[in-house]
Amino acid sequence: MYKIIKAEKLNEIVYLMVVEAPMVAKHCQPGQFIIVKEDDAGERIPLTICDYDREAGTVTIVFQPIGASTEKFAKLQAGDSFEDFVGPLGCPSEFVNEDPEELKKEKILFVAGGVGTAPVYPQVKWLHEHGIDADVIVGAKTKDLIILEKEMEAVAGNLYITTDDGSYGRSGMVTKVIDDLIAEGKTYTKCVAIGPMIMMKFCCLTTQKYNIPTIVSMNPIMVDGTGMCGACRVIVGDEVKFACVDGPEFDGHLVDWNLAMQRQQMYKTEEGRALLKLREGDTHHGGCGQCGGDK
Amino acid sequence: MGDVLKKVPVREQAPKVRATNFDEVCLGYNKEEAMEEASRCLTCKNAKCVQGCPVSINIPAFIKEVKEGNFAEAYKVIGQSSALPAVCGRVCPQETQCEGKCIRGIKGEAVSIGKLERFVADWAKENGIKPEAPAEKNGHKVAVIGSGPSGLTCAGDLAKLGYDVTIFEALHQAGGVLVYGIPEFRLPKDKVVKAEVENVKSLGVKINTNVIIGKSTTVDELMENEGFEAVFIGSGAGLPMFMGIPGEVSNGVFSANEYLTRSNLMKAFRDDHDTPIVTGKKVVVVGGGNVAMDAARTALRLGAEVHIVYRRSEEELPARREEVHHAKEEGVIFDLLTNPTEIVADEKGWVKAIKCVRMELGEPDASGRRRPVVIEGSEFEMDVDTVIMSLGTSPNPLISSTTIGLDINKRKCIIADDETGATSKAGVYAGGDAVTGAATVILAMGAGKAAAKGIDEFIKNKAK
Repeated sequence: MYKIIKAEKLNEIVYLMVVEAPMVAKHCQPGQFIIVKEDDAGERIPLTICDYDREAGTVTIVFQPIGASTEKFAKLQAGDSFEDFVGPLGCPSEFVNEDPEELKKEKILFVAGGVGTAPVYPQVKWLHEHGIDADVIVGAKTKDLIILEKEMEAVAGNLYITTDDGSYGRSGMVTKVIDDLIAEGKTYTKCVAIGPMIMMKFCCLTTQKYNIPTIVSMNPIMVDGTGMCGACRVIVGDEVKFACVDGPEFDGHLVDWNLAMQRQQMYKTEEGRALLKLREGDTHHGGCGQCGGDK
Repeated sequence: MGDVLKKVPVREQAPKVRATNFDEVCLGYNKEEAMEEASRCLTCKNAKCVQGCPVSINIPAFIKEVKEGNFAEAYKVIGQSSALPAVCGRVCPQETQCEGKCIRGIKGEAVSIGKLERFVADWAKENGIKPEAPAEKNGHKVAVIGSGPSGLTCAGDLAKLGYDVTIFEALHQAGGVLVYGIPEFRLPKDKVVKAEVENVKSLGVKINTNVIIGKSTTVDELMENEGFEAVFIGSGAGLPMFMGIPGEVSNGVFSANEYLTRSNLMKAFRDDHDTPIVTGKKVVVVGGGNVAMDAARTALRLGAEVHIVYRRSEEELPARREEVHHAKEEGVIFDLLTNPTEIVADEKGWVKAIKCVRMELGEPDASGRRRPVVIEGSEFEMDVDTVIMSLGTSPNPLISSTTIGLDINKRKCIIADDETGATSKAGVYAGGDAVTGAATVILAMGAGKAAAKGIDEFIKNKAK
C-alpha cells in the first residue's frame, strides 16, 4: 500500500497528492511518469510526476479527474492509500543526461497548459538547480485554473502567465504569448510544451514558424506502461513508437497529431459509461439505448 | 472399464454453453476417472515420457501413486520437479512432449499425463496440502526478476535449497503471463494461479510487486547495494509486433497483449472492474498461435463474431491442436491462407473493414514450411469493427539496456547458456521468453529450473 501523506484541491478541477513511494522517489527524474491503481477492481492510470522528495521518499502527483477512476481518486484523503503505485516509467527528459555547461548555452522556453503545468514544474526546477534559468509560459482558461504559480515563480527565469479570458496575467492562448515574446525580441533555441494535445499541436505549429525545436510529452491510453501492451503507440516521423518505453517525450514537430487525438477518443464511450455508473449507481439500467446497461 | 487403447474422456463444458461464459472449459478428472486413466500407464522402466518433459517429472512414479489412490504421494513426486503442476497440467503442449513419447501412443492414445497431473495438483489444493519450506536457510540472497513461469520455478527451486529469494514483479499482481496472458477459461486465476503463487510463497519466497527492474531499480543496484549474490532474469517476452500495413493505428486495432491484458489481468470482462474493453461485433484476429486462439475465444465470449485470419494452412497453425479444436467447437471461424493488406477506417478513425488477399502454398522456405504466396487478383474486403494483431513479440530493452555487461543477440534476446542459464555477466542468469523469444510456459519453467541449479553451483563455488 502507498500512503497518501497530503491531499489538496488546487482549484475546482485539479487535485494534488503527496504519496509515500520511496523506490519511485529515489529513482525518478523530470519527464517520467507513474501508474497508480486505487484498489483491486481499479484501472491502471498513468499520471505525470510533479515533484519528488528523495529524502522523505515521497512523490507528488497532480491530476484532473476525467474518468471514473480519477473521479474516485479525487475522493481520497490524507491517510488513505493507493493499492498500487509503480514507476518511474518512461524515459527522463533528454536534458537530464546532457552536460549542464552545454545546457547553459541554450535558451529554453517551457509552455505549460492547464494541468500540464505539473509535469513542467520538475523540469524547470531541475534546470534551476543546475544553474539554468528557463522562461516559462503558463496558460489556463481562467484565473482560478492557474496552478503552481508560486512554485514555478521560484524556479523559472521569467514567468509569463496568460488566461484565455484575460482574467489574469496576459490575455489569450499560450501560442499568442509565444508570438508576442518573439516579437518583443526574445530568442529561444529549444521549447518544451506540455498540456492538452490540442494545445501541444498548436504550440508546435507556432514554434515551427520560428524553427525552434520542440519537445512534447504524450499522454496516450496505456494499460501496463512497461512496453507490453502497445496501446500507447504514437506515430512520430512515420515510425510507430511506444510512449511508455520510447517516450513519453517526443519531437513535437514529427508527431502525427490527428492520429494521436483520434486514438485518445477510443474509450470515450466506455469511460463515459463507467462514469455514468459511478454517478448514478445502479439506477442507470438502460433507457439511453446506447450503453447496453439494459442487457 | 473402457477401451484400454483410448484415454478416459475428460468432461468439458458444452461448446455452446462455454462460448458465453469465462468459466473453465475443461472440468478435469474425478478420483475414479483419474485412477482408471492411471491404470493405462505401462510404468516403463526407461520411460520416454520423462525425456519429453522439460522439467523431467518422474511421470511413471507419480502415475503409479495415482493408480493406487495415493494422491498425496503423487503430489510429492511431482513437487520434486515442478513448482506449478496445476498450471502445467492445463497449459503444457503435452501432445508434443510427455504424451508425444508415450509408448501407449504407438498403438492407441497416449496416457493422459497432463490431465492426471492436473488432477493431482487440484486434489492437493482441495485437501490443503502445500509444499514444505526447507528447515534451514543458507543465508544467501538471490533476486528473481519476473513472477511468470520461469521466475516462479527458479525461485521455488532455490527456496527449496535454502536460499533467501525475493521476486520483483513489474505488474501489480504476481504470475506474469499466467495472469495477464492466458485467459480465465483456460487457466482460472483465483483457483489455480493464485494458489500456485501462494505455494511458492509458502516455501519462503518473498514477492515484491510494482517494481520495474531497469526503472525502479537496476540489476547492478540489487547486486551492489542490496546484497543479492545472484540475479535471475525471467522478464518475459516484451513489446508486441504489428504488421506495418496501412491503417494499423486506427481505433479498434489492438495487440493481442493489450486485448488479453485488459480482459485477464484487469478483468475488463467483469462489470465490477473499472478497466474498459472494446467488445466489437465482428472481430478479426490475425495470427495462428496459442495467443491468437486465446484472443479469439475471449472476443467470442464477449459476444463477437470472430474470424482467425492466418496466411498459411491449418497444418501449419502453430497453436496447440486442442486449442484450435476448442476454438472451432465454440464457433470461431478460420479464414486460412488469407493475409491482411490494409485496415480501412471510417471518417472518425474507427476500423470499418479489413482488406485481405488469398494465399497458396509454394516451395518450402528456410523453416521447412511451405511458403505462402499471394494469389494474383484475389483481394477482397471484410467488414469488421475490431482487429487484434497476434504476431508475436520483440524483447523489452528495459533490463538489457540498464545492466552493465549483459550481452544480447541480434534479435535483442538476452544471451544465456542452455545448461546453466548463465549470462555474460557474472552472477546474472536468465531464462524464459527474455532469452528464447515467445515460447511456452513449460519451456520457461525448464529454463528457470536449469538456472536455479546454475545459481546454486555459482554461489557454492564462490563460498569455497
